[in-house]
Amino acid sequence: MDILAYLAQGFVVATEPQHLMLALIGCALGTLIGALPGLGPVNGVALMIPLTFNFSLSPTAALILLVSIYYGCMYGGRISSILLNIPGDEPAMMTTLDGYPMALKGRGGEALGLSGVASFVGATVATIGLTLFAPLLVGFAIRFGPAEYFALFMLAFATIGGVTSGSLSKSFVAACLGLLLGTVGIDAVSSVPRFTFGWFEIYDGIDFIVALVGLFAISECLVFLEDIRHSNKPTMKLGSAIPGMRTAWRCVPTITRSSFVGFIAGVLPGAGAALGSFLSYTLEKRWLGRRGDFGNGDPRGVAAPEAGNNAAAGGALIPMLSLGIPGSGTTAILLALLLSMNITPGPLLFQQQPEMVWGLVAALFIGNLMLLVLNIPLVGLFARVLRAPGWFLMPMVVMVAFVGVYSLSNSAFDLYMMLGFGVLGYVLRKLEIPTVPVVLGLLLGGQMEYNLRRAMAISGGDWDILWNSGISVGIYAFAITLISAGLVYGWLVRQRRINAG
Amino acid sequence: MTILTHARHGFAAATLLGLGLAVSTPSQALPIDECIAPADPGGGWDFTCRSVGKLLLDLELVDSPVQVTNMPGGVGAVAFANVAGNRSDDSDLIVATSTVGMTQIAQGKYPGDADTMRWLAMLGTDVGVILVDDESEYESLDQLLDTMVNDPDSLAMAGSSGAGGWDHIRALMLAKKAGMPADQISSVRWVQFDGGGPAVTQMMGGHVDVVSTDLGEIAGFIESGDVRVLAVLSDEPLPEPFAGLPTAVSQGYDVTGYNWRGFYTGGDVSDEDYSAMVETLATLYESDEWKDVAQQNGLVPLWRGGEAFNDFVRESIGDVEEISREIGVME
Repeated sequence: MDILAYLAQGFVVATEPQHLMLALIGCALGTLIGALPGLGPVNGVALMIPLTFNFSLSPTAALILLVSIYYGCMYGGRISSILLNIPGDEPAMMTTLDGYPMALKGRGGEALGLSGVASFVGATVATIGLTLFAPLLVGFAIRFGPAEYFALFMLAFATIGGVTSGSLSKSFVAACLGLLLGTVGIDAVSSVPRFTFGWFEIYDGIDFIVALVGLFAISECLVFLEDIRHSNKPTMKLGSAIPGMRTAWRCVPTITRSSFVGFIAGVLPGAGAALGSFLSYTLEKRWLGRRGDFGNGDPRGVAAPEAGNNAAAGGALIPMLSLGIPGSGTTAILLALLLSMNITPGPLLFQQQPEMVWGLVAALFIGNLMLLVLNIPLVGLFARVLRAPGWFLMPMVVMVAFVGVYSLSNSAFDLYMMLGFGVLGYVLRKLEIPTVPVVLGLLLGGQMEYNLRRAMAISGGDWDILWNSGISVGIYAFAITLISAGLVYGWLVRQRRINAG
Repeated sequence: MTILTHARHGFAAATLLGLGLAVSTPSQALPIDECIAPADPGGGWDFTCRSVGKLLLDLELVDSPVQVTNMPGGVGAVAFANVAGNRSDDSDLIVATSTVGMTQIAQGKYPGDADTMRWLAMLGTDVGVILVDDESEYESLDQLLDTMVNDPDSLAMAGSSGAGGWDHIRALMLAKKAGMPADQISSVRWVQFDGGGPAVTQMMGGHVDVVSTDLGEIAGFIESGDVRVLAVLSDEPLPEPFAGLPTAVSQGYDVTGYNWRGFYTGGDVSDEDYSAMVETLATLYESDEWKDVAQQNGLVPLWRGGEAFNDFVRESIGDVEEISREIGVME
């Protein structure tokens, strides 16, 4: 009952005209930033921080603005994934897998509309979770030690074969390539540089945004340059923005499951939105098995990662607010903002700053609604992107990619690296090796390794620590069940075919 | 027609040239217009740049906002190499650094040494703390160090730096003072996490036993009572609200472990510009606003500037080098 009273008070704070205005600006700007390849929530939020200082916004107002941008980016990332096959930011990567095939089939509008709704549901589930269960979930999250995180990453890699519809061994090769690239940089545990060849620029490892933009945006341009000589790209039709009732209905269970999975991934600090969207997609694919047509434009393949990444974004606010530990780059910046405004996130924040916390939660509800309302009618506007001729569109993409990547670290080295990844992406495409597992290996591999080594450091080299807790055993059991269920189901189907034939 | 086009091109070129000149004219009047944070947004160095940049503007020590440039990589090595190579005489530029950066120089991990840069000033310092969970069996520093010395295998310590980093070194300095033989020092288990906050929550979850890190980052956990502070690594007890926390010195272990925040600039900046920059930072340090900002962020305001700071940095680098060799994290 207390919570509802607090929340009501929060809505009073959030509906002040200034706060509403800021939420609206943040949502619109966030959608735009998220849609541009190379510019993601990290850049968006970082760019806005000086502004909040210059306008001397109150902590509540500043936080509402920045969180609206954060949520907006999560919505926006899907747009270029679906329309151009270029993810706007890393959590939107999974959306390319079915979003782009849908667009090719002339169902781009439907994909945009459906993913907008899925994003809304995912974010709402997470916000409700944040409202009701924040203290409970904190207790759950701190039980995750290095060994449990390692189990979680094992689960992720156990399902990596299911990412793309192509050959399993090619996915495996791609994931290994990503894992290999993930070892570059100073080893955080021993402070020894690995594979850096004396280049300080890669001492912090290969930035996955650089890799993502290179592998997707630049290689897309290279493919386009090649195609333009042979044939013109067929003009895509956008189709209706309102998904049909049957499609929508079929997606309801998917969205529900994915929101839950994404939210849990978000609550665990260090896992983040990318893992949320990834697990949502692969688990859903496994769950549906042959009932789904993932990878070829199944609407559920769009709904799952979008519900997942938005739920994860909301979930990530829980450890940030109540433990003061950031679950992602974006929440790290939000945290720095709070600290610089004399607010110490941590166990006491909910008691010390109830107006701010509950104002923020209410603003999340409002912002989420705004995003839905903004995004559905804007589908028509986004569609113009599709009609823009390639000679105009592709240079724009390249320009935004360069600006976005340069803004990350202000170094020309990253631009060369992006181009290198572009060429790599092109070669991989020619070999029909999927690029998504490369980025996943890079993104998750480092964390998996560090957590394994942390677990080893804690146990003094005793491997038993990996399966010493109920949580780890549960996760391993789940992974094994998933894989064996897939095998058994496949075998059953084959048997039935043989019997029928 | 052709003439007209030429004229138009000429005009465009002239305009561009003019713009270029206008942009590239250095501002002579004011000493600081850019601060490089050698890390991603959100970290300590980023905060140092942003808060000092904001205060410089608020106090009207500069007339336009100080641009904060994030240049992450190699724990500050990328920014260090960049300034040394391209901008060593840029008198409008300051770069945030701290004990962490200095430790890197001492251990030979930057492309250069203390002489490569001119050290401007430190404005404040964070203080090291040794923490256990509030339900831990360790009630005092004596008890903890006793276990560490007699049964080093039984403890897992954690912090935000890797092995050989500042958090690790501070903890080992204590162990050394408690009488741990040099050949046993490497048997203390050290677990690295991505920050003091994650290390503390891992300790609350029962995954590690002790945390060594900076106070500022984890002050919230101390106030909420989720952790027990066994020692603060400062000479004197801290100001309120942390006045009640015991120092290591008061418990008979003469170990201090500060993490100061300060700035350097390029090595070829003229004496005149260098003095002007130090003076600007000194004015900022004297203001009440800085004291407030520092306190809010768990920093103790502390000034060392100009030549005094230069000497201090060299001295500290010598110390860290010595300790690193002694405890075996460096050959």
